[in-house]
Amino acid sequence: MKLPIYFDYSATTPVDPRVAEKMVACLTLDGNFGNPASRSHLFGWKAEDAVETARKQVADLLSADPREIVWTSGATESDNLAIKGVARFYHKKGKHIVTSRIEHKAVLDTCRQLEREGFEVTYLDPDSEGLIHPEVVADAIREDTILVSLMHVNNEIGTITDIAAIGEITRAKGVIFHVDAAQSAGKVEIDLTKLKVDLMSFSAHKIYGPKGIGALYVRRKPRIRLEAIMHGGGHERGMRSGTLPTHQIVGMGEAFRLAKEELAADNAHMLSLRNRLWEGLKDMEEVHINGSFVQRVPANLNISFAFVEGESLLMSLKDLAVSSGSACTSASLEPSYVLRALGLSDELAHSSIRFSFGRFTTEDEIDHAIGQLKTAVSKLRELSPLWDMYKDGVDLSKVEWVHH
Amino acid sequence: MAYSEEVLEHYENPRNVGKMDDNDSHVGTGMVGAPACGDVMRLQIKVSDDGIIEDAKFKTYGCGSAIASSSLVTEWVKGMTLEQASELKNTQIADQLALPPVKIHCSVLAEDAIKAAVEDYKKKQS
Repeated sequence: MKLPIYFDYSATTPVDPRVAEKMVACLTLDGNFGNPASRSHLFGWKAEDAVETARKQVADLLSADPREIVWTSGATESDNLAIKGVARFYHKKGKHIVTSRIEHKAVLDTCRQLEREGFEVTYLDPDSEGLIHPEVVADAIREDTILVSLMHVNNEIGTITDIAAIGEITRAKGVIFHVDAAQSAGKVEIDLTKLKVDLMSFSAHKIYGPKGIGALYVRRKPRIRLEAIMHGGGHERGMRSGTLPTHQIVGMGEAFRLAKEELAADNAHMLSLRNRLWEGLKDMEEVHINGSFVQRVPANLNISFAFVEGESLLMSLKDLAVSSGSACTSASLEPSYVLRALGLSDELAHSSIRFSFGRFTTEDEIDHAIGQLKTAVSKLRELSPLWDMYKDGVDLSKVEWVHH
Repeated sequence: MAYSEEVLEHYENPRNVGKMDDNDSHVGTGMVGAPACGDVMRLQIKVSDDGIIEDAKFKTYGCGSAIASSSLVTEWVKGMTLEQASELKNTQIADQLALPPVKIHCSVLAEDAIKAAVEDYKKKQS
């Protein structure tokens, strides 16, 4: 077993070797290096062919029309283009946007920017399981609402939003629906002939493609209009100018093709790993799963080990590359805003670890993780005054803490 | 984030981990921090009749730097008078452990903890 073990597939995935091989063929003089926008020679035509094949591969995973796919630099750009693009195009219809408190920063910070530009944003609260309920969305929509933006799968806790039900509501009310699907593509089936989603953001590097490439799905029927952010050569039907990076696009296309082919097998693999991990941990005292256990992708397990602080736990988990829900390491002492929005107590929010695994994770790696976790948690609980107090029956929520 | 060797050493081998009897009149307890901030330190000292700290124990919920800061302080205060212990400065702790700027609050917390323990002991005596 190679150490450390990678358990951070929700942050990024390694490129599948089959994808890398296709990409390499689009770089050098003897490969497909041309500019897809060059119309006057074979080099350009070949590159354009490769780009259009990839566009179809991406569309196929989503049951979309290839003409509905716009290449971007990643999900962050897709989110920006969708939200700002809609807001700036439809602002005469209304200036109200609905989103949630557990969205990715690419959505939240974009909404903040629009607030500075005079838009009004409603931030919906999830329930304690991390779910945004369709009726909560319905209640938040007003006469002047132009856009609802929600994520399909949450990046921290892996919960799945019921976008089918929410799409029915937004469509009935004539409100545009944008979904960030960076964490769901290749993990949850997406059928855009059925889902009433108008805009959808995708990223390649979350499903074994390269970083630096993504896409925005822009529905044609009913037609969604966007004001571009990037201006230049009028590429991507004017929605996103800039020379298309053939090797990146080909990589994303191949990654999406493989995702479609292997979705069922990938999910079965991850579900068995997830269950194995949880079986190994659930008998420990005061271990909690964050987010619904039912309505979540198998690739994610976000766990709180009560009375143990996340950063010190990470220090003990030397062989495991995981991510902590407490943002201590990024120098702000705030626990994750997502876990906060779930209403988690401070000690649980500071004690969370996100495990995310994928195509290349093995059972041996899961078993190694279980062993190291058990040792680390019991060591740190021995050191924890909160654990002592819990064992003595003290209610920590009633203690008057001396803040510093 | 990279931790200094000193922090790692204390984190791997924390000194004086434990709990003393709070009701013992020779024991002073300082508990500072809050779960909301991600660190809680409990530092206890046992003081002899002639005012010397003869033993110290700690338990800390917090990051590696917080654990190392409290572990180091328990080592330092043993053998000190109450006055010497309350004169300990967080900068000494931060220097010894080579704490980066974002972790200075851990050393402040350790200073607060020892001061609180001394206060608690004095209150018990009066």
